[in-house]
Amino acid sequence: MKRIVSTIALGAAMSFGATMALAQTPGRTTLQNIQAKGFIQCGVTQGLAGFSMPDSAGNWTGMDVDFCRALAAAVFNDPSKVRFSPLSAKDRFTALQSGEIDVLSRNTTWTLQRDTSLGLNFSVINYYDGQGFMVRKSLNVKSARELSGASVCVQTGTTTELNVADFFRANNLKYEPVVFATADETVKAYDAGRCDVFTTDASGLYAERVKLQRPDDHMVLPEIISKEPLGPAVRHGDDQWMDIVKWTHFAMVTAEELNISKANLDQMLQSTNPEIRRVLGIEGNNGEALGLTKDWVVRIVRHVGNYSEVFDRNVGPTTRLGIARGLNALWNKGGLQYAPPIR
Amino acid sequence: MTDGTLPARGDVAPKVAFFNDPKVRSLIFQALALALLIFVIYTAISNAVTNLTNQRIAAGFGFLDQTAGFGISQTLIPWAESMSYGRAFVIGLLNTLLVAVVGIFLATILGFVVGVARLSPNWVISKIAYWYVEIIRNLPLLFQILFWYLAVLAAMPAPRNSYSLFGLFFANQRGITAPRPVFEAGAIWIGAALVLGIVAAFVVRSWAYRRQAETGEQFPVVPTMWGIIIGLPVLAYLATGMPISFNYAEQGRFNLTGGMTIIPEFVALVIALVAYTAAFIGEIVRAGIQAVSHGQTEAGRSLGLAEGRILNLIVIPQALRVIIPPLTSQYLNLAKNSSLAVGIGYPDMVSVGGTILNQTGQAIEIIAMWMGCYLTISIVTSIFMNWYNERIALVER
Repeated sequence: MKRIVSTIALGAAMSFGATMALAQTPGRTTLQNIQAKGFIQCGVTQGLAGFSMPDSAGNWTGMDVDFCRALAAAVFNDPSKVRFSPLSAKDRFTALQSGEIDVLSRNTTWTLQRDTSLGLNFSVINYYDGQGFMVRKSLNVKSARELSGASVCVQTGTTTELNVADFFRANNLKYEPVVFATADETVKAYDAGRCDVFTTDASGLYAERVKLQRPDDHMVLPEIISKEPLGPAVRHGDDQWMDIVKWTHFAMVTAEELNISKANLDQMLQSTNPEIRRVLGIEGNNGEALGLTKDWVVRIVRHVGNYSEVFDRNVGPTTRLGIARGLNALWNKGGLQYAPPIR
Repeated sequence: MTDGTLPARGDVAPKVAFFNDPKVRSLIFQALALALLIFVIYTAISNAVTNLTNQRIAAGFGFLDQTAGFGISQTLIPWAESMSYGRAFVIGLLNTLLVAVVGIFLATILGFVVGVARLSPNWVISKIAYWYVEIIRNLPLLFQILFWYLAVLAAMPAPRNSYSLFGLFFANQRGITAPRPVFEAGAIWIGAALVLGIVAAFVVRSWAYRRQAETGEQFPVVPTMWGIIIGLPVLAYLATGMPISFNYAEQGRFNLTGGMTIIPEFVALVIALVAYTAAFIGEIVRAGIQAVSHGQTEAGRSLGLAEGRILNLIVIPQALRVIIPPLTSQYLNLAKNSSLAVGIGYPDMVSVGGTILNQTGQAIEIIAMWMGCYLTISIVTSIFMNWYNERIALVER
């Protein structure tokens, strides 16, 4: 239903929207629209542990959710001023193109196609991921190269679907793809025994495994067959909003780098270090250049935290997912997370 | 007018203003409506083009030639990931047609059985048919599809412990596997013999009918027809040196390899669509039969016809006139409902098209293609059923 609604919305928006799209008031920037309606509409998954999932009380949690909360904190100084649209992999781009959502923060892989012909803009990578395979331990498979002839459950509209085709083709292996519209259907069919293999981003494998009937009967194979740089996306045509999204991520990474956290924020506000003073908006007017306030980074860190706090809280080693920082460690600690200077 | 004669009709223009002339008026209104329609369509298209250009989303059908790069689980024509989006869409379309044709065929049979059973004098049979109709048609179809899918999967063993029939046919969670015929050179003659056999059978039938009409002598038409239809290809098969061999399924590492497999998504979808549509067809058939006056049956009995012949020769031909028009709607429903396949991962037109839509972002084009295809399927079905309806309509003399 959601798909049909957003598709119709897209058709209508494309056809009759004067400048941008139906849900957006024409002639205004995305930021002005958000300020006028009083909240950010954020596209997330329909439930992926650690990234975006509603808890038992209906509150959304996860890394992708926290990113939207950080945006709300930066714009409104209130992380609750965000509404979430759960989207399947297939519907997500249409929802963004049609203006139904303001930002897509839905473990979405950045690819050239999506950045160009889908009319989206990616700008930062808030999680470096790669695609993996999960199988039943009883199959005694040790490597993905032994999977010739296997049935593979995969979700439609994902880079995963294409990567798995490439992988089997490149290695000259046969396979039977069984393609489902939502992550839930895919996992359910795998659990029911329809497929030998379930494939998605490695982080997703760990997140979905906890949903299986007997999680311990399943294992993740060692191979990572692709690069999956996940990040938030916005529509083409509004550079200011793209800048805000981009620098919100950089602000969280910079805060971690400078050791500014939720806990020591008030202490840091007394700091004499010019870099910290500049980042926290005590000196300079970086926030205003973005169209926000001077204390935008303070707001983000106070309400949401720095990058490591977000990571550890949602997917880190102490959570059920237990994912190590790996590629997502800071650049000076052996990882790839690197933010341009805030000045 | 003084001489008392009336002017001839049409000589004098009516003395009303042109905007009060009903003819002129209706022309003006029609022109206005047309202009408005054209304006709306033009605005919609030009706005869509402008907005797409503004967002730098490519438009047009050029993407259909690009490499698709994804796999499809059931393909009626050969498929490889390196082929184009256009071919992928055609494969989806063929899968939709396959479900529609198989579904319509089976739903018609089951529906007629249910409809006749509903009227059976046997209390148990008629109650079973009654509850079947009442339960099935009151449950949502998507729910039934998911039920059958998970039921089929749950009932079947893992591929390493397949159910097997004579070691030729297998059933497991990956589907139903049968030996795959391999056609070698000369096999074409068998196909030709089959076509020839069917034509010959119908020639024999019309000859037998004509002879019965002229002389009253009967001829065993049905056994002869089957004899010709089956016998000719078998003769051809033997004469050409048995050019068909079979590729048998064998146990592979994960699943059976070889043979040909019907995937569980197809089985579940067909079962659900057939069961659901047959409940409606059953009611239509019952209504059609009840629409034939009981006097017709009695007339048949008084002529001394057997019950089966009364049904075949008197009741059903008259009932069909009532049955066909609503039956057409059910056929159309079945074809359109097959789009729910996307819920269980059957690669139909909506599922494959959705993947293409998502990979390329060409929403408007794909939706237009979906609409065009469903519209064509429905209209062709309608045209055929209308033709059939006219053919069986009561000939009034």
